[in-house]
Amino acid sequence: MYPSHLKYTREHEWISIEGNKAVIGITEYAQKALGDVVFVELPELERKVEIGEAFGVVESVKAVSDIYAPCSGTITAVNEALLDSPELINQDPYGDGWIIEMEISELSGDLLSAEEYEDLIAQEAE
Amino acid sequence: MGELKKTTLNELHKKLGAKMVEFGGWEMPVQYTGIIEEHKAVRRAAGLFDVSHMGEILVKGPGALPLIQKLITNDATKITIGQALYSPMCYPSGGIVDDLLVYRLGDDEYWLVVNAGNKDKDFRWIKDHQAGEVTVEDISDETGQIALQGPRSQEILSQITDINLEEIKYFRFAWAETAGVKTLVSRTGYTGEDGFELYMKAKEAPQVWQALLLAGKDFGLVPVGLGARDTLRFEARLPLYGHELNEEYTPLEAGLGIFVALTKAENFIGKEALLKQKAEGVPRKLVGFEMLDRGIPRAGYKIEKNNISIGEVTSGSFAPSLGKNLGLGYVKSAEAVLDNEITVIIRDKGLQARIIKTPFYKREVK
Repeated sequence: MYPSHLKYTREHEWISIEGNKAVIGITEYAQKALGDVVFVELPELERKVEIGEAFGVVESVKAVSDIYAPCSGTITAVNEALLDSPELINQDPYGDGWIIEMEISELSGDLLSAEEYEDLIAQEAE
Repeated sequence: MGELKKTTLNELHKKLGAKMVEFGGWEMPVQYTGIIEEHKAVRRAAGLFDVSHMGEILVKGPGALPLIQKLITNDATKITIGQALYSPMCYPSGGIVDDLLVYRLGDDEYWLVVNAGNKDKDFRWIKDHQAGEVTVEDISDETGQIALQGPRSQEILSQITDINLEEIKYFRFAWAETAGVKTLVSRTGYTGEDGFELYMKAKEAPQVWQALLLAGKDFGLVPVGLGARDTLRFEARLPLYGHELNEEYTPLEAGLGIFVALTKAENFIGKEALLKQKAEGVPRKLVGFEMLDRGIPRAGYKIEKNNISIGEVTSGSFAPSLGKNLGLGYVKSAEAVLDNEITVIIRDKGLQARIIKTPFYKREVK
């Protein structure tokens, strides 16, 4: 459920890093906790964001949740399919449910490995 | 906040994989498989809800009817034994203490069914006005309540109950033996669908719950949590205390005028204020609206018109049966006009919405 090639944040985003490009979404744990996702607010292209900045919003039937940037940099792509099909985040959080792509200028120093992230959510579940 | 209260169905919910949350001091299931799926199951087939957290107050004695008539805005003399009545209960200001159902069980015996989060407040309020030959008893803890809602409800319930459900019309009830348990079977609900609310001794609720789930298996019955209960009642524009109703808003503002019997013989608490408001006109009205821009309205968001504040959202959601983002909210009466375009402030941005007819969802009556 937590692919080992990804890094994770304590706020339940995942980040896939390739060179200076990052793809970002929310984790299996996050989509499950939210429930049915019915709305996604995406950032504008070329917006610059800082580590920890809220760049978008995911809303389920009951909850409104900010999405935080795991790196600083510039937004280079957004997943427009989510505008009409926000449920992709529930169905495929690491694939078709990706949210944005960024060009990285600086990575957060507090990214977790899959194993560390699983420990974190095991603690939260208690 | 102390320990959360648990209904007698708590263990069964957990076994069914429910996600549990706090609601009105109780640990309750918010969803089992998913809010949208559960919502649609109720509209299409049927859903089973644990609503044992609701409060029940027994009012008994020759002074019962006079006490109830003083407390509620609707006219309880209209109901005979076997009938139920919906009513707001007001403060002298006309603001709302709670909204409730009155069941007439006998000549001098009534049940008031009230919201879980308001039960203690209501009980004190009723006790404060108790006069004459009447006893007021909080029987919430020993009373269980299960709601069976949706178009297949009657077929399902008829398998395990010994009364002819055809004879129970809307807002009527009868005593029955259901799955071997003495139950009050009431044709009422909070979803906008046909259905029943069943009351029994709390300790016998699991027996009824299990039997209903089994009887409903081939009819598409699923257990439904508070999440879908909220979206279902929202689409049907049924008000929720703490959202559309509170101590500030009056029943007239909330569009509940038909439940305010200003002409009933007895004086009732809030009458003077409501008469005055009716004569002068309400300053604000509850309206329903549809988002034109992309966004979901939520309780507490501000409503504007031409950059001037005109009100506030009380409930908002993606409406699963309609596929739209809808809201309920209070706006100044002058702006409460069908098709009026209003602005909802969502995360500091003004998004356009249009006032539309409510209820948003109305079932087709056979």
